[in-house]
Amino acid sequence: MMIEALILVTVASAVAVMFADDERAGRLAFGLSLLPLVGSLLMFLGFDGSGNALLGGEIAYETQLSWITLGDLEVGYHVGVDGIGLSLVVLTTVLMSLALLSAWTPIDERQSQFYGLMLFMEASLLGVFTALDFLAWFVAWEFVLVPMYFLIGIWGGPRRKYAAIKFFVYTNVASLVMFIGFVALVFGLPVNTFDLPTIAQSLQAGELGSLAGIAPETLKAVAFVAIFAGFAVKVPMVPFHTWLPDAHVEAPTPVSVILAGVLLKMGTYAMLRFNFTMLSDQAQAFAVPIAIFAVVSVIYGAMLALGQQDLKRIVAYSSVSSMGYVLLGLVAYNLYGLGGATFQMVAHGLISGLMFMSVGVVYNVAHTRMVGDLSGIADRMPLTATVFTAAAFGYMGLPLMAGFAGELYIFLGGMQSTALPYAPIFTALAMFGIVIVAGYLLFAMQRVLFGPFEADTDHEIVPAPVTDRIAIVALVLLVILLGTAPDLIYGMIQDAVQPILTIGGGL
Amino acid sequence: MVELPYLTPQYLFAITAMALLIADTIYPKSRRPDLLAAIAGIGPALVALSSAWFLAAGTGQAATVPALFEGMVVVDGMSLFFTFIFGAVTLLVVIASYDYLEGSERMAEYYSLVVLAALGMSLMASANNLAMVFISLELASLPSYGLVAYLKRDQGSVEAGLKYFLIGALSSAIMVYGISLVYGATGTLHLAGVAEAIPSLGGLDGLLGLGLVMVLGGFLFKTASVPFHFWAPEAYEGAPAPISAFISSASKAAGFAVAFRVLVWGFPLEAVAETVPWAWVLVILAIVTMTLGNFAAATQERVKRMLAYSSIGHAGYVLIGLAALAGPGDLATDSLVLGAAMMHLLVYGFMNTGAFLFVALAEHWDVGRTFEDYNGLARKAPYVSVAMTIFMFSLAGLPVGGGFLSKYVLFAGAVQAGFWWLAGIAAINSAISLFYYSRVVKALWIEDPAETLSIGETPTGMYAAVIGAAAVTVVLLFAFDPVAETAISAASLLLEGGV
Repeated sequence: MMIEALILVTVASAVAVMFADDERAGRLAFGLSLLPLVGSLLMFLGFDGSGNALLGGEIAYETQLSWITLGDLEVGYHVGVDGIGLSLVVLTTVLMSLALLSAWTPIDERQSQFYGLMLFMEASLLGVFTALDFLAWFVAWEFVLVPMYFLIGIWGGPRRKYAAIKFFVYTNVASLVMFIGFVALVFGLPVNTFDLPTIAQSLQAGELGSLAGIAPETLKAVAFVAIFAGFAVKVPMVPFHTWLPDAHVEAPTPVSVILAGVLLKMGTYAMLRFNFTMLSDQAQAFAVPIAIFAVVSVIYGAMLALGQQDLKRIVAYSSVSSMGYVLLGLVAYNLYGLGGATFQMVAHGLISGLMFMSVGVVYNVAHTRMVGDLSGIADRMPLTATVFTAAAFGYMGLPLMAGFAGELYIFLGGMQSTALPYAPIFTALAMFGIVIVAGYLLFAMQRVLFGPFEADTDHEIVPAPVTDRIAIVALVLLVILLGTAPDLIYGMIQDAVQPILTIGGGL
Repeated sequence: MVELPYLTPQYLFAITAMALLIADTIYPKSRRPDLLAAIAGIGPALVALSSAWFLAAGTGQAATVPALFEGMVVVDGMSLFFTFIFGAVTLLVVIASYDYLEGSERMAEYYSLVVLAALGMSLMASANNLAMVFISLELASLPSYGLVAYLKRDQGSVEAGLKYFLIGALSSAIMVYGISLVYGATGTLHLAGVAEAIPSLGGLDGLLGLGLVMVLGGFLFKTASVPFHFWAPEAYEGAPAPISAFISSASKAAGFAVAFRVLVWGFPLEAVAETVPWAWVLVILAIVTMTLGNFAAATQERVKRMLAYSSIGHAGYVLIGLAALAGPGDLATDSLVLGAAMMHLLVYGFMNTGAFLFVALAEHWDVGRTFEDYNGLARKAPYVSVAMTIFMFSLAGLPVGGGFLSKYVLFAGAVQAGFWWLAGIAAINSAISLFYYSRVVKALWIEDPAETLSIGETPTGMYAAVIGAAAVTVVLLFAFDPVAETAISAASLLLEGGV
């Protein structure tokens, strides 16, 4: 009942905040968001599951009820978590509370609607990471779009309307492609259910038949491509990434934090669950093209970031690059690769959240995000500058920070991969991305933070409000915590990832 | 349990219409609008309740399908399912019309025409004989012509009514001629008789084929499908908005109900395969209808016209339900896909009616007709704007309402029947629809209001109808199971054979 309680509390909070006064909405929303946060931490402490939720593992906090019967087809309400799902649930609740805290300063109109929508989004994100029935999962998956559309469209920057509709239509098309691919696969199976564990086990057992005269192998390959393409947009993988910079640049800071920190993880999480768990043989058959896309995302994303002037754009493009690492970890398809990819999802969630928040603080204070217009911030805003530096180091994969652990696992996995032909070459190429990342981040830091103070703005530079400081410092601590003690979550991630390899035949 | 006469819902519609006219003679010139509205509201409410009662009690389920009046009409799961839709939609329309008609002198006529049209629709869903099909279709159509032209001092309304009437008359003529050809070929008008006669037609195959195509034309008109869709945008645009809601939801559902029965019972696919493979004809029509509807909707500047074209697009989705019967599917697959079409029509009944009633509200407030005129309306009227947002997103297939499930079950059914490419085309259309539906949402919530934007008082009836429809749409997302089970069992009963 834990998961239902978590989601229901979040929905109820969202409704309550919607009806609250604008002045109180922010504080109320933050206060209420502590409930799911505490709940998810309790879940984390009491976690007693093991193995992979889809492959016969022990699912924690499981609930299974029947929901809709479509003739022979059973659609259930089935939720539960394993190590993968739980890590992302905790990430969601932590980042959401901090993002709400950081919203107090920049959000100054229609607050109750803003905070209500943020909480609605939290509820649907929790649904995505816990649902174990395809239709229930798809409801949560699609519902994420609704609050996001409003959050970008109403509170965003000057081109918000364009960015919102682009995000909306782009990711919706992707979902539809994925839906058709996956449903075709399900109907090829003898089981008449949308229950994900049942489907996964049936697929692994090789029970796929033909559908409407299409041979099982072809059906599988086509479905794999459709599903992968659908998720690749969400990741986003080059060349499906163009919606992301627009959405990021226009979104207000707290929304960017959630967008980069949690929303992008939906894509890689779903790839791990669907492509790499259920269709592992296809994942290996398509390993080389996927690895090429991964490496291109890393390098091209980083190069694009190198060419940007807007701090937010730099961070946005660097997300494309970082998610490329996750993809590489997945396609390496061994314990370090899959585990590292999952770990990196959490790590990147925290680091990119931190990065966007510190950019947000700079913007709130200086009213510009252009690298060329800023200089010597460190003199006036030492804390922000410190945090910014920490975030940049995290991005570059400095040891003792979460990014290091994630990238290390991924590169180890990549170098040792037997599933991916030419794995060392792909990994070496991707590792070159770190150099470019270091390049643009050091370049930006040097110009923005150091040198004589000089902000080309009419506004007076005042210190950041205490709420922002709390949020960024908390995130820095979390990044360091996870970097120094990756085993906090890596153990349970490994437990959940291991069965994919043994059952899927990767070891 | 009390046994009700099988045609109770239809009797209730008829009694309501008569009661309205009697009330009008006692209090002429609409001196008692509340009385008229009460009568007009209670009737459809009882219709919906009684058909739900029948469905719950298992009336008209396998082997006990009652055929009445020498088999002219049957009462089975499908007819009751659709009668429920007509009752519910009529109720919503009547509630909203109470405010819309304020000050009008011909309320009783208006209400009774609505109820009579609904009676015709419910008979369409029960018709088991081509003559009955034609009569009930006309009974549904004739009041609709009058209702579209109800605003007789409004040029647009009169012109719309005329256009609707002319195309309707033409379609009826084509259809009745088609029926006569079918009669000529088979010697019977009874659906089961037609199906029986088809294998031994001799040289009359071509005659039957021509007849079938012409009958199909009548259905395409009623459902606003290509190529008989021309009337729809003008009629919906010109008609009073509650009537647009009524015609685009209930009348379309009725057209599909009669098409389902006539095609499945009268012209079984395997029997007519060599003459007219109607499912494949409908595949093409489905593709053209949804694509044309959605592309045209995407280019509109007026909300009501956008809704009109999107309604054509939805007719295209529902046609998938018939088209996918051409697959190699077994009974379970065919029931799923046909049932999905029925589910979609039910959910559509609420969300689309609600959307048009919101437009009615906007007309009531005189805020204008284009997307721009709706700018910032949410700040003035947040609750109905939330409702409209639910309708728009649900129509687009986002999980804020039952439209999500009905649409995805329809797509999934098409995939299972082997028509994954048809589902793919529908999915592309669905993505386009998200673009134009979200324009309304954008106008309501994201755009800043014009300085002149002001709205009047909040009309209780319209508010109740819009918010009620939204509430049902949302509840259907979670409580979809009864709809799905009823629709699929009705579909499988229909596919199993005629009376």
